[in-house]
Amino acid sequence: MNLRAIAAIYRFEMARTRRTLLQSIVAPVISTSLYFVVFGSAIGSRITEVDGVSYGAFIVPGLIMLNLLTQSVSNASFGIYFPKFTGTIYEILSAPVSYLEIVLSYAGAAATKSIMLGIIILATAALFVPLRIEHPLWMLLFMFLTAATFSLLGFIIGIWADNFEKLQLVPLLIVTPLTFLGGSFYSIHMLPPLWQKVTLFNPVVYLVSGFRWSFYGLADVSVGLSLGMIVLFLAICLATIAWIFRTGYRLRT
Amino acid sequence: MQTSSPLAAEAAAPGVAVRVRGLGKTYAGGFTALQDVDLDIRKGELFALLGPNGAGKTTLISIVCGIVNPSRGTVTADGHDVTREYRAAREKIGLVPQELTTDAFETVWNTVSFSRGLFGKAKNPAYIEKLLRDLSLWDKKDSKIMMLSGGMKRRVMIAKALSHEPEILFLDEPTAGVDVELRRDMWEVVRGLRERGVTIILTTHYIEEAEQMADRVGVINKGRIMLVEDTAELMRKLGEKRLILQLSEPLQRVPETLASHRLTLAADGRELVYTYDAQGERTGITGLLRELSAAGITFRDLSTKQSSLEEIFVNLVRSSQ
Ligand SMILES: Nc1ncnc2c1ncn2[C@@H]1O[C@H](COP(=O)(O)OP(=O)(O)OP(=O)(O)O)[C@@H](O)[C@H]1O
Ligand SMILES: [Mg+2]
Repeated sequence: MNLRAIAAIYRFEMARTRRTLLQSIVAPVISTSLYFVVFGSAIGSRITEVDGVSYGAFIVPGLIMLNLLTQSVSNASFGIYFPKFTGTIYEILSAPVSYLEIVLSYAGAAATKSIMLGIIILATAALFVPLRIEHPLWMLLFMFLTAATFSLLGFIIGIWADNFEKLQLVPLLIVTPLTFLGGSFYSIHMLPPLWQKVTLFNPVVYLVSGFRWSFYGLADVSVGLSLGMIVLFLAICLATIAWIFRTGYRLRT
Repeated sequence: MQTSSPLAAEAAAPGVAVRVRGLGKTYAGGFTALQDVDLDIRKGELFALLGPNGAGKTTLISIVCGIVNPSRGTVTADGHDVTREYRAAREKIGLVPQELTTDAFETVWNTVSFSRGLFGKAKNPAYIEKLLRDLSLWDKKDSKIMMLSGGMKRRVMIAKALSHEPEILFLDEPTAGVDVELRRDMWEVVRGLRERGVTIILTTHYIEEAEQMADRVGVINKGRIMLVEDTAELMRKLGEKRLILQLSEPLQRVPETLASHRLTLAADGRELVYTYDAQGERTGITGLLRELSAAGITFRDLSTKQSSLEEIFVNLVRSSQ
């Protein structure tokens, strides 16, 4: 293992985060606050409680998931796409680093950043609504697994994308809609029966459900199933990355 | 790496820094950029790779450095196969690529330290400081790279390539678009590296540079190595010499009686130039001089000139087309 190389790339990526502090930390905090104002006050005044939890508190896990997913994907995809775009990737490719080390450092930095963000949003939320975390260790585990999985997905997108449009495409057309439709802001039991079935094809449902369970003990689907699904996504991402590395896809001509 | 296969034994041959055998590269689109390339770069030498645009120089370098996958053949660096033992091979290699690509928002110090870390070397601020001083970058160490001029950026790229103290250095057109001062600085650094035994492989279009700096020259065209030769030997072997006679009286044209010799007029008829093969059994100079005096042509002075590498190179490339 070239640990120094992992450290170098990781530090480089974290420095990039520091340079864009406003965009990467302040913006999500503001948008979270806005969600509370809009969803919490406007809708929350109509839906007062979901399964015994105030609506404002109910949406917190979903909000964190929403940010965790989108930020993991965008951080990781940008992190590896940008050196490809500017050409500085030559140095990574000519260095004595393995693909495993490359992915660990880029996805690791992206995951770190989005977990930090998740915690900041959690703290912001605590200012607006009374929070309760029944299973803190599970909460952290879900956070970690989600951040890791979607950072890997972002890495794959960053490798696949050969222009900025494609880089935005997957997050915009797939990740964000799935998150909004994944029960971030409602319990799927609130849907008509047919849509309850359809929704089960949305992978984000399992993430949000498991994550919300770690807060309030409430779940749309069983916790075991949630955990199983996220491990499955992780496995799919890992397999795809293994394939990319075996073939040198879009990295080495 | 203890193997007894003849290939491994050959790859580990002492005195060879880079060994290329049967190397071929066909890009995804089907274009073959390299074909059957065999090349040995000796330890500690300065090797100049010359060739017209698109000849395959960058492709060859990129394969050795691990940026491009070879389609056929093998490459070893310091005895390590560049694909199977890429770690050991790449640790030894530094690369200054042809294109200026830098992380705009990083400082000079950070980007050079980053490169060192990437190659798995422990921090060594004293070494980095010396490197930056040698490249006249020290007072810019805290500047963001985007604030630097193009020449300064190129220095940064050289510093990055040297950050991990490589034993083999590739310079892909290091002097393209570089001013006289930087070029001088750079050759100073290159000379210093060479004294420390670093093997240097460079590509350039400035053939005088190769002529002055290189121990050996390789010419590549259309993906094939045309020739590899000691610079001096090449000059001697392939070089034509010219005898230049400064005439006392200018001539309108070369006299009919001398038409059998390879004579041309230059400098408005004030110089008579005789081209001959310096390697030939007979240069024909004695005969020419005799005939000149018979024709009543006198001269004030004479000099000889050896053809430059550039002319040799142009002739080679032309003859292969
Ligand atoms: N990624 C690629 N895909 C397809 N063809 C390529 C690729 N990279 C280079 N080539 C082609 O391979 C050939 C050799 O290119 P290369 O860059 O090695 O030439 P070069 O000798 O370095 O030229 P120059 O002096 O212009 O730098 C060129 O015809 C080029 O168009
Ligand atoms: Mg080139």
